Amino acid sequence: MKILVCITHVPDTTSKIAFTDGDTKFDTTGVQYIIGPYDDYALARAVELKEQTEGSITVLNVGTAETEPTIRKALAIGADDAIRVNAEPTDSLFVAQQIANAVKKEGFDLILMGRESLDFNGGMVHGMVGELLGIPSVSPVMTLDMDGFTAKMTRETEGGKESIELDLPFVAGCQEPIAEWKIPNMRGIMSARSKPLNVIEPTGNDQGATLEKYELPAAKGAVKMVSADNVQELVDLLKNEAKIL
Amino acid sequence: MSILVFVEIAEGKIKKTSIEAVAYATAMGGEVTALAMGDIDQSELAALGNYGATKVIHAGDSRLNDGVILAYANVITAAMKTSGANTLVLANSSLGGSVSAHVSIKMNASLVSNVVALPETSGDFKVKRSIYTGKAFATVVLNKANKILAIKKNAVEIKETGGTASVESFEADLSDHDFLTKITGVQKATGDVLLPEAEIVVSGGRGLKGPENWGIIEDLAKALGAATGCSKPVSDMDWRPHHEHVGQTGVKVSPSLYIAVGISGAIQHLAGVNSSKYIVVINKDEEAPFFKAADYGIVGDAFEVLPKLTEAIKAANQ
Repeated sequence: MKILVCITHVPDTTSKIAFTDGDTKFDTTGVQYIIGPYDDYALARAVELKEQTEGSITVLNVGTAETEPTIRKALAIGADDAIRVNAEPTDSLFVAQQIANAVKKEGFDLILMGRESLDFNGGMVHGMVGELLGIPSVSPVMTLDMDGFTAKMTRETEGGKESIELDLPFVAGCQEPIAEWKIPNMRGIMSARSKPLNVIEPTGNDQGATLEKYELPAAKGAVKMVSADNVQELVDLLKNEAKIL
Repeated sequence: MSILVFVEIAEGKIKKTSIEAVAYATAMGGEVTALAMGDIDQSELAALGNYGATKVIHAGDSRLNDGVILAYANVITAAMKTSGANTLVLANSSLGGSVSAHVSIKMNASLVSNVVALPETSGDFKVKRSIYTGKAFATVVLNKANKILAIKKNAVEIKETGGTASVESFEADLSDHDFLTKITGVQKATGDVLLPEAEIVVSGGRGLKGPENWGIIEDLAKALGAATGCSKPVSDMDWRPHHEHVGQTGVKVSPSLYIAVGISGAIQHLAGVNSSKYIVVINKDEEAPFFKAADYGIVGDAFEVLPKLTEAIKAANQ
């Protein structure tokens, strides 16, 4: 089974969010970048599936040269080789087209990625890639087990979860608890240095949406403290001020 | 402008987030047609007129009772073409996200998810969306003639218009390929109120000391008609099921009221709750960072405060 895992290169979950250049650019000052946490779940599950079945894992990232340490980390975790599409991932449609092009060229049986990226939270790329390739997509996937060419999965819904059966090939957007995140060991880190990382140029420049500006939410007013001995005051505030109860 | 709204059905009713999508489309102006799939009472569909839909089209094919993404995307695409709609509005739900992505390719449409406000249409068509898990917003320009907006919960107020809608049945050509994904079972989440759609959420953290102490959280939730949630450490330790984990990598909630008990307020947890209208924090530690993000706070022992609060709410409800 040939598995493709698409990864994003995103600010660490503890990053302070700020913007520069008249609110048109993300302020990267002091920001640590990581493999998107949902993509990291997808990669961890891919490594487990590779251990169970014969196969290979390719990771793909759409990004500029600065994402290479993130890609090397994915190789250290267990991917065999990597593709970097040399472009800024500015738009979901653009990114989906780059992934679909790579799949058409290389041929993959299973395409995994996170349910959404941690920065823009679009949650669209898996569905777009599926449609561009004419195959099904499923998201958000909580468990994925292979039985020959058939995958058994659970998908989270607002009301609970669904059990799904689907034959390869397909695209899945993953989330916990599909697998535990894997921490690369020393051998993985050493071998990652020599694994192939192929840089290819993007095809086309079809953008669905263009950023105009960023903004931060309005600052929250000061918290009103209520004494632990007077919970009735909280009930009154919720009733009369917040008008919730 | 002709707008199609895809509405989802749960337990024989139109989902509230889908009614919000109809209200959003109505507020945009233009003619609003709603599309529903699978078994549902005609009267439920006609009632969408009260939120501004003039027409409801119903694809009643029983194979559509399951939310199969490819089939849904094909029906929506056919309905957009038949009704001449160049704009699709839908709830940014677990199903709606994937379905809209497939439709966007079929219709060569610009798709924007997590939309939090009505578009600006005076010049370019622009819309504001939530990014960085609610820690920021981006205004984006939609480049294509066809547009899809997936609306975040609570982005728009539901207004009743007193109108009525006609209901027509709709048939789309569906092939076996559309049903490759087999849904073999559905397991309902535990609890009476569903966390992702709850109006009030009561969440507990490590301050509760152990799963055996969750009764006080459940009692308060019951008195409020609320869903229960928890912090990531709590679900990691298996004190509570994973689907209750609220936060950046768990469930993102946007209730009217979020009550956090014994949760310190790590940045990853705050990211999952920052679109709540009101936040109440109850914590023993007055230095807990969560107080900075709260509207109301109580410094105190949850085991003493919660039972008193539950009683006071029960009394207020009577």
